[in-house]
Amino acid sequence: MLRISALNDAAARCGLAIGLPLANARAICPDVQVHDADEAADAEALNAIADWCDRFTPLVALDAPHGLFLDITGCAHLFGGEAAMLNRVCGVLTSQGFTISGAIAGTAVCARTLTRHVHGRIVRDDEEAEAVRPLPISALGADMAVVTGLRRAGLKTIGDVAERERHEITARFGARFTALLEQALGLGDMPISPRKPLPEYIVEKRFAEPVATEAVISATLSGLAGTLVVAMGKQGKGARRLEARFFRTDGAVRTITVDTGQPVTRGEVIDRLFRERLEALNDPLDPGFGFDLIRLDASRTEIVVQEQRDLDSHVHDQDELSALIDRIAARIGGKRVVVHLPQDTHIPERAVWAAPAQHHLTAATEAAWPARVAGEPPLRPLRLFERPEQIKVIAEVPDGPPARFVWRRATHAVVRVEGPERVAMEWWRSQGAMLTRDYFRVEDEEGLRFWLYRDGLFDEVEQKEGKAQPPNWFMHGLFA
Amino acid sequence: MVMSAAGTLAALRGSIERIETQGAACCQRKVPLGHAEADAHLQGGLALAAVHEVFAGAGRQTAAATGFIAGLARRVAARRPLVWIRQDFTEVEAGAVSMDGLSELGLDPRLLVTVRAADVDQALRTTADALACDAVGAVVLEVWGEVKQLDLVASRRLTLAAQASGATGLVLRMAAEPRASTAESRWIVRAAHSPPASHPSSAWGSPLFEAQLVRNRHGPTGRWIMEWKCDECLFGKPAAYPQPVAAAPAYRPHQAQSVFKRKPAPDAIRGGYRLA
Repeated sequence: MLRISALNDAAARCGLAIGLPLANARAICPDVQVHDADEAADAEALNAIADWCDRFTPLVALDAPHGLFLDITGCAHLFGGEAAMLNRVCGVLTSQGFTISGAIAGTAVCARTLTRHVHGRIVRDDEEAEAVRPLPISALGADMAVVTGLRRAGLKTIGDVAERERHEITARFGARFTALLEQALGLGDMPISPRKPLPEYIVEKRFAEPVATEAVISATLSGLAGTLVVAMGKQGKGARRLEARFFRTDGAVRTITVDTGQPVTRGEVIDRLFRERLEALNDPLDPGFGFDLIRLDASRTEIVVQEQRDLDSHVHDQDELSALIDRIAARIGGKRVVVHLPQDTHIPERAVWAAPAQHHLTAATEAAWPARVAGEPPLRPLRLFERPEQIKVIAEVPDGPPARFVWRRATHAVVRVEGPERVAMEWWRSQGAMLTRDYFRVEDEEGLRFWLYRDGLFDEVEQKEGKAQPPNWFMHGLFA
Repeated sequence: MVMSAAGTLAALRGSIERIETQGAACCQRKVPLGHAEADAHLQGGLALAAVHEVFAGAGRQTAAATGFIAGLARRVAARRPLVWIRQDFTEVEAGAVSMDGLSELGLDPRLLVTVRAADVDQALRTTADALACDAVGAVVLEVWGEVKQLDLVASRRLTLAAQASGATGLVLRMAAEPRASTAESRWIVRAAHSPPASHPSSAWGSPLFEAQLVRNRHGPTGRWIMEWKCDECLFGKPAAYPQPVAAAPAYRPHQAQSVFKRKPAPDAIRGGYRLA
């Protein structure tokens, strides 16, 4: 059955209500215009509004399906006081075509209760109880069952309920409803869960006239970077993650994030990282009619250990290398710059883990690699195929080394061969049965050196396939 | 009077510039490769703060060229960080550079930072960035195929970056023909045979390269068989190889009926050892 999920003022005046079956609504008001509900689009719109609200306070929480909490503690004076701030938020959203109801109160639940009934109330501290008392029970936003139950008991307003003993209410409707009631009366507070963690440092610049030119934007960013490092420097911190947020006049917000491997304490480094990042964007920053607010957050910081550096070039090299890695990562993405860490396995293709260099540079410089055996020629190939390529092999005896093989449509005659080197698979790790490999190092008539293997011993293959058949051969790597 | 003063000033500036650039040329730092003849041709060794190109010879010579460039990088960078930049595509075509393999050649995987660029433009840009960093010992750029982005302008940009910072650029070109560039030296590398052994299943030795120096800005070109000595981290003459390489005789009647069924050797070296 189709039901009404939302309606506007005109429909409400006609006597329609949320939850009413559509057939009934059509009977009450034959001219009613109906659109399909789209919850995903609603959520998206709410998120976009929340993004825009970030300009007023960093603590914005979603109250699904169509509410927003803004924690404006300590922010209101920046916008000319609470009344001016509420007017501005509601005014801008109304001019965009949204129907808005807003309120400011000491607790989140109290403010929400007020918005359900009147628009534009600002409640001073300790006056929450008086403000919500005259409101109907339904404004609390409790379950329908609770609201109906209270109404049947003759309790119509919040004030009526508040006069009853709390234990009576709890016994009948549960502790959750009592908590909600207390919060609405300003006796307790529900913590809101902001969408984003509070950045440790925020610097921002507002523009009376929106800015759109690249020169002004980059100059603003470098100015902000300078301010940010001074603020962080006072507490001995450096930034590991930076977010630049560009607020467009039409409400769109673009966030650009830069990660660093070492805590950054210099403004010009931040400036350069953002320049690299902005230049490399696939979808460039679109100023539209201009940005009226640009903000720079340090969302992750670390304490910088000030250490006395000797004139050792090695330390300088490490710092410079780390800065280079940050720049390249800002440009092409952190996963594309890797260092290599040895893994405790003897399966050749799993022996190395390519880890993002920004986070693992120190680990990589201290890694213990298996030492090379002095005096031996290379035992492992220089280039390794991630997926071994199947080849056709002719061997003199079935178990013996290859005599000729065909790889990528070219035939190679084996002149020298060394092997086999048997590598058994890790039965304690692999799910399916992997076959034992016999590796051969072979040199062909042109002097090219290859690393081949035969996949499986004869009895292994027979066991796996159910019948005797020659094992497969693979090309796994190339020697220098 | 004013004109003549300006002229004198210009002349003085010119002579100062000449002196300075000459000074830079003779003070250019070089690293000997270890192969005496090659070092003599290169006037002391491979120049630092410059760009060198290594081309893989026709066919499947990518691994040999990689080995050679790894050797050059080891000589040039010594114990300093090495940045290896490659395209995603090369890994499929020629395999990924293996850390075990590098470590077997005497390079330290701990000093290596790999950049996996999505395309040539990204790789070139990153290479220029990395070359401009003076903390890096050497930067290796791996490029597959003929690419129009790697033209004279791009090559000049890399050279300038290398000169300014003192880092050395090594460009590994696979499946490509040499073209004009501002490289200090250019090599074409193929794998060389192991020396003939008494028994066919005897082990091979150190990596052997047939390296052809086809461009050398400050000296003659040449062609040598080089061995990379993994323990000393030096190039050298292969000990067991028949040396010196004699010029191929002008008249070789038995070439066509060679029992080895090889295509005619294009150069003197092959012929020399086969006769030996």
